[in-house]
Amino acid sequence: MIAAILVMALGAVVLGAALGYASIKFKVEGDPLVEKIDAILPQTQCGQCGFPGCKPYAEAIAKGEADINCCPPGGEEGIRKLADLLGREFKPLSEEHGVEKPKSVAFIDENTCIGCTLCMQACPVDAIVGAAKQMHTIVPKLCTGCELCLEPCPVDCITMVPIPETVANWKWKYPTFAIKKVTA
Amino acid sequence: MTALRQLFRFHGGVKPAYNKEPSTTQPIADFYALAPLPAEFVIPLHQSIGGVPHPLVAAGEQVKKGQLIGAPDGYVSSAVHAATSGTVKAVEMRLMPHTSGLSALCVVIAPDGKDEWIERQPVPWRAMAPDEVRDALRDAGVVGLGGAVFPTYLKVNPGKKGKLDTLVINGAECEPFITCDDMQMREQAEKVVRGAAILRDLTQAGQVLIGIEDNKPEAIAAMQAAVTQTGEAKIEIVPVPTRYPAGGAKQLIRVLTGIEVPHGKRSTDYGVQCFNTGTACATYEALELGQPLISRVVTVAGNVLRPRNFVVRFGTPMKDVVALCGPKPDSDRLIMGGPMMGFAMPADTVPVVKATNCILVGSKALFPPPPPEMPCIRCGECAKVCPSDLAPFEMYWFSRAKLFGKAQEYHLFDCIECGCCAYVCPSRIPLVDYYRFAKSEIWAREQEKSAADEARERYEFRMLREEREKQEKAAKLAAKAAETKAKLAAAATPEDAAKKALIAAAMERAQQATQNPPAPPADNAEAPPAPPAQQTPS
Ligand code: SF4
Ligand code: SF4
Ligand code: SF4
Repeated sequence: MIAAILVMALGAVVLGAALGYASIKFKVEGDPLVEKIDAILPQTQCGQCGFPGCKPYAEAIAKGEADINCCPPGGEEGIRKLADLLGREFKPLSEEHGVEKPKSVAFIDENTCIGCTLCMQACPVDAIVGAAKQMHTIVPKLCTGCELCLEPCPVDCITMVPIPETVANWKWKYPTFAIKKVTA
Repeated sequence: MTALRQLFRFHGGVKPAYNKEPSTTQPIADFYALAPLPAEFVIPLHQSIGGVPHPLVAAGEQVKKGQLIGAPDGYVSSAVHAATSGTVKAVEMRLMPHTSGLSALCVVIAPDGKDEWIERQPVPWRAMAPDEVRDALRDAGVVGLGGAVFPTYLKVNPGKKGKLDTLVINGAECEPFITCDDMQMREQAEKVVRGAAILRDLTQAGQVLIGIEDNKPEAIAAMQAAVTQTGEAKIEIVPVPTRYPAGGAKQLIRVLTGIEVPHGKRSTDYGVQCFNTGTACATYEALELGQPLISRVVTVAGNVLRPRNFVVRFGTPMKDVVALCGPKPDSDRLIMGGPMMGFAMPADTVPVVKATNCILVGSKALFPPPPPEMPCIRCGECAKVCPSDLAPFEMYWFSRAKLFGKAQEYHLFDCIECGCCAYVCPSRIPLVDYYRFAKSEIWAREQEKSAADEARERYEFRMLREEREKQEKAAKLAAKAAETKAKLAAAATPEDAAKKALIAAAMERAQQATQNPPAPPADNAEAPPAPPAQQTPS
């Protein structure tokens, strides 16, 4: 009887020590849940969720301070993924935060631009190149479509242009809609 | 050349009706000898895998045949050249030979009828560094002509070991109806063999195996003769059993060398590289004749009266080529490629491009619409025939359910879209359509993800920079404040000193007053008594 208790106690001590060691040895930097949520968010950095960027929103979700349906660029798919990750119920996009729009990039009308640099200061991902009093241009590949540069522009020369479908980004449709079979 | 080489078998495969006879009864014709030059050549800038070449010409410019009109852009890209001499009518969006029915940037050339070449100079490739030869191939626009149009210069690489064990030249041409490689081997065997020899030298290959399906005896004989006649060493013609898709790169490598390239691996990791016979021929023409790739052999077959092969220049409308073969009245579509792997064209006006090995004319009678799709009964027939040794029904299930991660776990990207699985499926499920759908969805997601990752990085960097700037600003401000303080102190010194001296003098006086009892009660009579606190007894 005593021997059994001793064996169990010894086991508990050894396992406890091992666990303790592992938790120190394999400590994960940062909060893994925040990272996981942040990986789902579209990184538009637009602030439509009410937080100053995707990461702060991810932190708020992780803390339970924000709902999962506040990100319009992430859209329905994003909400579904978040619901899956967090084991919460899916809910439609909250209207007060905006609507899901086709993905666009900002475009500067270079004839109107006065080179005031205000848009550059607003862009969260440094997608705008230019210098004071020089015409500014947006690098479309870097633009996340956050629309934060529209408002500060004093001459309203920035517009959002939807990304067109091209041969390169065209996607095969789900077969139910277009059964195009060429096999003999 | 002794036919005693041991061959291997690849997994699966099917034997569809080959339908190759009709288009091989006549020699390859030069399209422009039989028909007038088309009113315009519409040459797409994007004709290979990789970056879209940027146009080097503008509307109104004169160009010569073979002139560079699209410069390669980026590491994976290939040049594009004018198909004839004439005037550039426009550089504009035109309908592409692509299932999407979308347009892309094309150079439209109105021929002047002179068909005048640029100056052609053989490339002294033997005396050049490997990198220079690769650049020459890229600038000559040579790409894989088997249908994949991957830039050839990127594959002309001896690999990590510094030399290849085996160079495989793919003359299997396994897809039904298509005979362009067959006819080219029959008629231009010497060029193909010389091209193979160039590729052998560039890749330092220990041996060259030219695999040809044994249903092409004429091509095999012609190639044998060419090898003997040219006396090229280490080149062997190997007839391989006719079974679709023996012409898949991994499948042919397996048959010829026995090497099974694992899922997700490349053949070069195993010392083997594979080129199409047409590509070998184009390599020869580019280096030995200094002739850029502006045309190829195209099979026209299917629902036409006179199926045949033609040399067609890129930019020629498909319908012009088809017209020469007498399309039957019930023809209702054009397919680029064969019946197993081909793509339906959005219109018959689209141009012939580097990927056009075959224009297959279809009709309802020839390719009847598929019967409705039935549920998968998990019979496993598809897995039996899959040459990539995959589990098609699993991939189908997950693609259909849009569980893309799962589909990828079943090696979706090792599927070569050969169509064997759909060909045997008793439920008539258009399996390949599901795979194409799933693959393009996954691609799009990967791209979105990498864009998001980049945005995150840039955002975090900006935050960091702003933080740093703030700190620098704060530090600057602090430094400035300290400076002004010091300055103030320095400026105020004389007065200050006087004040301090006064205070000190006053303090001294006061002290003296407490130490010496006031002898004569002076003006300030109330001399303070001794500080009581000091004498408080404990
Ligand atoms: S360019 Fe404008 S829309 Fe694009 S990321 Fe920058 S601020 Fe947002
Ligand atoms: S052949 Fe068709 S029915 Fe049979 S397992 Fe494959 S997909 Fe299912
Ligand atoms: S299409 Fe893909 S899954 Fe189907 S048999 Fe061919 S390689 Fe296998």
